[in-house]
Amino acid sequence: MSNTAAPEKILDIRGLDISFRTNAGTVHAIRGVNLDLCRGETVAIVGESGSGKSVTMKAAMGLLDSNATVNAGEILYTYTDEAGTKQTVDLLKLPKKTLRQQFNGQRIAMVFQDPMTSLDPTMTIGKQIMEGMFLHKHMDKQAAKARALELLELVGIPDAEKRFRNYPHQLSGGMRQRVVIAVALSADPDVLICDEPTTALDVTIQAKILELIMKIQKEMKLSVIYITHDLGVVAKVADYVNVMYAGKIVEVGNVNEIFYEPLHPYTWGLLSAMPDLDTDDDRLYSIPGSPPNLLHEPKGDAFAARNQFALVIDEKAEPPLFQVTPTHFAATWLLHPDAPKIEMPPELKARLERAKKEADKYL
Amino acid sequence: MSEPLLKVENLKQYFPVSRTFTVKAVNGVSFEIYPGETYGLVGESGSGKTTIGRSVIRLYNPTDGKIIFNGQDITGRMGSAARQMLRKEMQMIFQDPMASLNPRKKVADIIGEGLDIHGRASSRQDRADQISEMLKKVGLSPEHAARYPHQFSGGQRQRVGIARALIMNPRLVIADECISALDVSIQAQVVNLMKDIQEETGCAYLFIAHDLSMVKYISDRIGVLHLGYMVESGTKEEIFSNPVHPYTRSLLSAIPHPNPEVEKRRRSVSYDYASSGIDYARGTEHLVSGTHKVLATDDEFASWT
Ligand SMILES: Nc1ncnc2c1ncn2[C@@H]1O[C@H](COP(=O)(O)OP(=O)(O)OP(=O)(O)O)[C@@H](O)[C@H]1O
Ligand SMILES: Nc1ncnc2c1ncn2[C@@H]1O[C@H](COP(=O)(O)OP(=O)(O)OP(=O)(O)O)[C@@H](O)[C@H]1O
Ligand SMILES: [Mg+2]
Ligand SMILES: [Mg+2]
Repeated sequence: MSNTAAPEKILDIRGLDISFRTNAGTVHAIRGVNLDLCRGETVAIVGESGSGKSVTMKAAMGLLDSNATVNAGEILYTYTDEAGTKQTVDLLKLPKKTLRQQFNGQRIAMVFQDPMTSLDPTMTIGKQIMEGMFLHKHMDKQAAKARALELLELVGIPDAEKRFRNYPHQLSGGMRQRVVIAVALSADPDVLICDEPTTALDVTIQAKILELIMKIQKEMKLSVIYITHDLGVVAKVADYVNVMYAGKIVEVGNVNEIFYEPLHPYTWGLLSAMPDLDTDDDRLYSIPGSPPNLLHEPKGDAFAARNQFALVIDEKAEPPLFQVTPTHFAATWLLHPDAPKIEMPPELKARLERAKKEADKYL
Repeated sequence: MSEPLLKVENLKQYFPVSRTFTVKAVNGVSFEIYPGETYGLVGESGSGKTTIGRSVIRLYNPTDGKIIFNGQDITGRMGSAARQMLRKEMQMIFQDPMASLNPRKKVADIIGEGLDIHGRASSRQDRADQISEMLKKVGLSPEHAARYPHQFSGGQRQRVGIARALIMNPRLVIADECISALDVSIQAQVVNLMKDIQEETGCAYLFIAHDLSMVKYISDRIGVLHLGYMVESGTKEEIFSNPVHPYTRSLLSAIPHPNPEVEKRRRSVSYDYASSGIDYARGTEHLVSGTHKVLATDDEFASWT
């Protein structure tokens, strides 16, 4: 955990609500999301496919598809302008053009899942890294090239000078992903958003890239948001974790709270579904059923139909976020003072106990 | 032990890219798969995993070596009987279901294709019944037969690919990264399904993946591939509890654990072939214990064990 005295909020998403118009009707994809990111911190967003992770971050980047409507909410971004004064703007209210010219790629950069879609196949990687420096920083060619080479070395590309003139297809998958990160870092952003940055990579390259981002983060005081379904990655990099389900954050806490003291039955399911290196269970747990279709918004708790611990009230009303510690919140009726006392499944409990014991060895 | 179902001996697979340059994707790999077992093949991107799978199912002509499947040599030119046997008894599930399922065909025809080719349905009704049965087995419903591939979610599509491979009741299924793109909960569903089907039909799997925790969970034995060489192989217990080759060690140390206090303090062991001084071409197979083998020179073997 970063232990700065008063963490300075850099991104503050409040009550975000987004729907999409489709032929079949309106899809209510984001249903009131709140999320904080403080300076120098790393926040992870986890959750099932289709839960709304990418859409939330695309909203902050002004990259929503044209059939999207923002029904409510704000995304407040705090930064220091050229004159050195602190400014706070609502990214949703800025004209698209301002957002693109002054914020995207410059103050807020995003690394997309598939590196091939964000690199231009017809341009050398060196040019692609320098482009942002010309555009946003008005650097001259020599300075830009020096900086680009430095970045290539920083992201661990050997022979940077030689690689500079390579086209994307001449690099391996892992190298391409590192180039995308170099492009994102080229404008010295405040905020880096990584959407599944390592799913396509094998574990050795994945570990190198994550360690690299952490190192750069320390050096540049960067704030990072990770979107991923790999809980091992989350454990490695995150300070705070947001668990998303059906367009809502259903649990948020610091990384230890989420991994050692999870409260929401959906989080229990996610943690239980991970294969455990320490046991030889015969079957893997999987969350029964499938996520709700947001064309027909569920009444009550969206997770109720798949929740073996569901209460009668879950069918009727949506649970609010209950606060359990200063940093840990979960939206489940199980936390209501009148709810029956229900514990996580015993297998998960045993597993978390083992994890804590294992952790003690490292303390 | 019984006779192996698949025996791969000293397989080499080269791709001539130009007159002066040849990619040596697989450099003399040997392994065996027994009936009803799961063999996990792991290794970094570009190490030759997919190439081995495609050579074994004979989408390529092996450059050198021998492949014996189901008691028959399938290495060179095959007679029509051998080819028929291969197409029925060995199936492959491809990594990207969207790219490997014909988008213009209904799911019923995708799954039923094998039945049609081999004349394994006695009537239209029998064909429809077999397809419904298979759909149910993979956790889809018979109504799904009339849909097209794009009308499914990622996890459901993956199951269509599995149904297509399994309807022929093959003895060996090559599963190439068939769960990598799915999220944990769907991964668990698919892996459980594959285990259930194995229990029921006794088929064997060649399970190709880069997620070692999943490989450990599903495999009986594991082969570790690097730069087209099988650097280490053995039962999963042998590999996980006593990794000997430095590449295997670095691979295992890089698995992220879902345990923040551990993960934040641990550093992975790095391995750089170029600067390691190791030359795979000079190594020979050394027996560590039981079925546990490692590729090394005598000196390397002495210093690693
Ligand atoms: N342009 C669009 N039109 C209609 N629906 C959309 C559109 N874009 C996204 N959606 C829907 O919004 C929901 C959230 O999508 P999003 O891409 O944020 O999911 P995700 O959590 O990132 O999932 P994944 O892990 O699969 O990337 C999904 O149900 C998706 O189908
Ligand atoms: N048809 C081909 N022509 C030329 N080179 C090839 C061909 N097929 C594969 N290769 C090369 O052979 C090597 C092994 O590739 P392969 O696809 O088997 O790797 P892999 O282990 O499956 O990797 P990944 O995890 O990325 O899927 C790579 O260097 C690849 O570029
Ligand atoms: Mg997404
Ligand atoms: Mg492959």
